[in-house]
Amino acid sequence: MTPPALEVRDLHKTFADLEVLKGVSLTANTGDVISILGSSGSGKSTFLRCINLLETPTEGSIIVKGETLRLKRDASGNLSPEDAAQVQRIRAKLAMVFQGFNLWSHMTVLENLIEAPVHVLKVPRAEAIERAEALLHKVGMYERRSYYPMHISGGQQQRAAIARALAMQPDAILFDEPTSALDPELVGEVLKVMRVLAEEGSTMIVVTHEMGFAREVSSRVVFLHQGRVEEEGPPAEVFNNPRSERFRQFLSGKLKG
Amino acid sequence: MFDLHGYGPTIADGAWLTLEVALVSVLISIVLGMAGALARLSKSPVARGIATTYTTLIRGVPDLVLMLLLFFGGQLFLNWIGDLLELEEQIDLSPFTAGVLTIGFIFGAYMAETFRGAMMAVPRGQLEAGHAYGMSGLQVFVRIMLPQMIRYALPGFGNNWLVLLKTTALVSVIGLNDMVNKARFGANATKEPFTFYLVVCLGYLVFTTVSLLLLRWAERRYSLGYERGGR
Repeated sequence: MTPPALEVRDLHKTFADLEVLKGVSLTANTGDVISILGSSGSGKSTFLRCINLLETPTEGSIIVKGETLRLKRDASGNLSPEDAAQVQRIRAKLAMVFQGFNLWSHMTVLENLIEAPVHVLKVPRAEAIERAEALLHKVGMYERRSYYPMHISGGQQQRAAIARALAMQPDAILFDEPTSALDPELVGEVLKVMRVLAEEGSTMIVVTHEMGFAREVSSRVVFLHQGRVEEEGPPAEVFNNPRSERFRQFLSGKLKG
Repeated sequence: MFDLHGYGPTIADGAWLTLEVALVSVLISIVLGMAGALARLSKSPVARGIATTYTTLIRGVPDLVLMLLLFFGGQLFLNWIGDLLELEEQIDLSPFTAGVLTIGFIFGAYMAETFRGAMMAVPRGQLEAGHAYGMSGLQVFVRIMLPQMIRYALPGFGNNWLVLLKTTALVSVIGLNDMVNKARFGANATKEPFTFYLVVCLGYLVFTTVSLLLLRWAERRYSLGYERGGR
């Protein structure tokens, strides 16, 4: 049996005295699209950022395609990566799409797409360009390939950022509220691209407020509340028949708002 | 235009030396400035302490005093080291070495502040994206931080460079035959100080004008992607 694309076990994260995550586990098989929901402060973004070690977890383990991320405990009891090279290798397998796009602003769209493949994965430049151009066609950004990020709209930037993630041929893509910084009329074009990826079998972990996307596109929904998984299951089940009172309140708040 | 009574070529040599002192000094100051900026932004309290002391002390003392201190004091220090190691020969601090080290050391402190501000101006998300895509710390610095901070550093760097260029005139007091010293010889011999110092003025003006043109070109080059109103 092939190992899951991504497995997170009993993740804890404490900032100073505040315990933001109190033991969150998650398994994503290849092709899974997992939506992580929760109100602000529920720890959902922190959870995502712990997966690729942009934040170091206080406790727990992260396993990508069967490879366990080795963490060591220092004298003060904090975890830190044992091997920086392994962290880099695992991060390269987990591409990330940020809320604020974070396309590198001194590079054109095309340069953004080939940067990490060429310099991290050591893909030959010509091959990286060829693949990048195909991906830009796919997200409808080919015509804008030689533009700089600041000269295109937020929706276009985010579509380019998704193509940048795909260019890594990752085992899973982490989406950190990918539509939250967009004007309402630009949300649709980004969600459309994400829908296509889901249908093609990409493994996606999506922190989102888009109830429509969670309900229609994801294979599983995880609802975080105060650092714990409060509700989890296939969308048809959790949306129609929520077991947790908190999730019910969250849903009715979302529907009203 | 000016009758330099045959001192023209020697003043030109001096001008060349001025340029050499300025270029070597600015290289030293860039290295020290970069190290100072990284140290001030580092997590280590020791590195931060050293860098803060450096920038605070240097920026608080007149350049001329520092130059005299380093030239004369530095030679004493070297002699002391030589005695300590029981070296046969005396290590000599040439006026050129003393000059460029002092100017580089002084302007390293100003550069450190300029670079620190520029580094802080690069949005965190830009660097975070580099880390998230598997880049090493060095790759993030060279491929993302550096090209983006240059844009923020250039105006301050340009100022520092112009002041540095003019500060090189101080090396004449420690006996280096730069443009200013050469002109003084000519002025004393011919009793025409106005002519000679005017030529020196023009020499500096040529250097600064060329610098400004180069800086303007660099600012355009590193603003690619940040201009308002489309490509």
